[in-house]
Amino acid sequence: MKELIQKITQIPAPSGFEKAVRDFILDEVKPFVKETRVDALGNLIVRCGEKTKQGRSILVGAHMDEIGIIASHVEKNGRVRFSNLGTIFPRYLPGSRVRFLDGTRGVIDSDKPEDLTKIQPISQFFIDVGAESDQTCPIHAGDVAVFDREFMDLGNRVVSKALDDRSSCALLINAIQQIKTTPHELYFVFSTQEEVGSKGATTAAFGLDVELGIALDVTPVGNLHGVKLQVDLGKGPAIKVRDVGHISDSRVVNWMVAGAKSLKLPYQLEVLDIGTTDARAMQISKAGMLSGALSIPCKYVHSPSEMIDLVDYEQTLRLLVHLLSNPINLEK
Amino acid sequence: MKTPQPLPQNLRPPLALLERLSNAVGVSGDEEEIRQIVQKQIRSFVDEITVDALGNVLAVKHAADPNVTRVMFAAHMDEVGFMLVQEEGEGSFAFEPVGGIDERQLLGKPVQVGKERLPGVIGSKPIHLCTAEELHHAVPQKNMHIDLSPGCASKAKVGDFATFATRFQRNGDALFGKALDDRLGVATLIELARVNPGNLEILFAFTVQEEIGLRGARVAAYNFQPDMAFVVDSTPAFDLPLVQEDEENTQYNTRLGAGPAIYLSDAGTISDPRLVHFMVKLAEEHHIPFQFRQPGGGGTDAGAIHLTRSGVPSVSISIPGRYAHTPILHASLEDWKNTLHLLNLVLLHASRSILTPDR
Repeated sequence: MKELIQKITQIPAPSGFEKAVRDFILDEVKPFVKETRVDALGNLIVRCGEKTKQGRSILVGAHMDEIGIIASHVEKNGRVRFSNLGTIFPRYLPGSRVRFLDGTRGVIDSDKPEDLTKIQPISQFFIDVGAESDQTCPIHAGDVAVFDREFMDLGNRVVSKALDDRSSCALLINAIQQIKTTPHELYFVFSTQEEVGSKGATTAAFGLDVELGIALDVTPVGNLHGVKLQVDLGKGPAIKVRDVGHISDSRVVNWMVAGAKSLKLPYQLEVLDIGTTDARAMQISKAGMLSGALSIPCKYVHSPSEMIDLVDYEQTLRLLVHLLSNPINLEK
Repeated sequence: MKTPQPLPQNLRPPLALLERLSNAVGVSGDEEEIRQIVQKQIRSFVDEITVDALGNVLAVKHAADPNVTRVMFAAHMDEVGFMLVQEEGEGSFAFEPVGGIDERQLLGKPVQVGKERLPGVIGSKPIHLCTAEELHHAVPQKNMHIDLSPGCASKAKVGDFATFATRFQRNGDALFGKALDDRLGVATLIELARVNPGNLEILFAFTVQEEIGLRGARVAAYNFQPDMAFVVDSTPAFDLPLVQEDEENTQYNTRLGAGPAIYLSDAGTISDPRLVHFMVKLAEEHHIPFQFRQPGGGGTDAGAIHLTRSGVPSVSISIPGRYAHTPILHASLEDWKNTLHLLNLVLLHASRSILTPDR
């Protein structure tokens, strides 16, 4: 489990450029599934199980992309200016290191700040890849990079870049491997471009005929940029009630809560006042579907060093496997 | 650098048509005049023309084999402008912008109002009467008025559209006009309709309401169900000399005269890398100058098209233009020629195989 999370978080794959992590996931799940395909936006869609009389067709999604940067200009002195892919908080930038998809690495610094008490906008930051001029710089406008930060094992808790949302990708891989029998037809969607607006989930959901959609994602804990959050690390899976873009169907919430209770697992109800997940895109696809989301609590979201608790991870996995292995009662 | 190959003889930038399109009026939601020109111009070159519920012109050139690759080309017909929102007496009207316009650009500009193109002006206080304080502050748009003169008040009404009164001009390579965003794209698609690739289903969408949220493109792509889409638009060039000479301009977006601008990433779309690669390869092989638009904000119809149905691999290509969304946009004829040249090659070489392997 830990090894899988370490491997999958270290793969550089920002929004729009997810091929490397998709290839990794495909290798992990192929022996366990009936069918795989990749759609026009690069989503990996994996089918498991056959729908029985008691079963339903279900979309279970986790996004493969991580936040990143895209080079926009190389200065005569070799400095690389850049724009963001997804939400980058400028306060995490100074001193951060990045890795481009061709392996080139660099360090971020900023123009001289006019006011040391204010955080500068992204346009005032640059990447230094060690080039002395634009002529010798290996990077060109359009090249993309991700935070370069190694995996850190703190026992029950682990730290890495891209735990948002590779921890959920790893969790879905584990679930696919662990689900022995299911009455449902399950479509696991490893989606693209979530960080730039749930684009992969939008087109993947349109391409599937399903009754229920569940997104797996991380959820921030504590106090994120002034927004107070109830969820905490180490207190079990977070069952989403509402976020900025999505209100979970209450029947789905109740189903998840009942599942946690029957397994005697701790759980937290999540009301998130910042951000949203792929469940938003699923819910309003075509004529609509029932939807909900399970979240792994995560500290320092969208920083180069995100942190999750592996007990939360393991409990979320047990809950998901249980939910997907048994008939679903959504009456109430 | 090698000399670019000349534009194929059957293709030429239709300058007279561009002039007509630039001078024609088609603010978002009121594109009828542009629609008429487009339909008339392409009628003899396409197999099918329909106008959909939102007013998009959808033109199709069929391939012999109905299972061939469906390639969509889109350009938007609408331009930014204004709408009269309140009559204030004496021929003066309060107005609101339609689409994104910098309100600091507006004061003192001549405009044309309604179907009759009534001449008017966004009136301002003359310098003689301004206080020193007033001269140092921008006037908010809500304090501006379109003045049609007291005698003409009855000819206009609330809800009428208005736009800048700029007339098209050309000086050698330099093109000046209003609405070149995106009549340059519209004229490009009209010219491309003359090309006969034979082995593709070619889907031309002349879209409405791009400037107010990509509304036309969304339904056009839903209707067409293309395998891939190329969006032709206009994008700002801000390659101007800087105030501070020791500073390098790192945010120019594009440069005038540096060729068609291929998009990598904007606020609405991360271009499909396979289509970017396809266009770059064609440009390099045929020695056509091109540039990448700097990744960043802004957007085109691709933002709606690529999310349609199960997804559409999409890319945008723009003709650079200085002073976008002001009364006058300045573009380069050479850039336009090179855009036309590159898109002609796209038409001749596009096939489903460019979408292999998976994105």
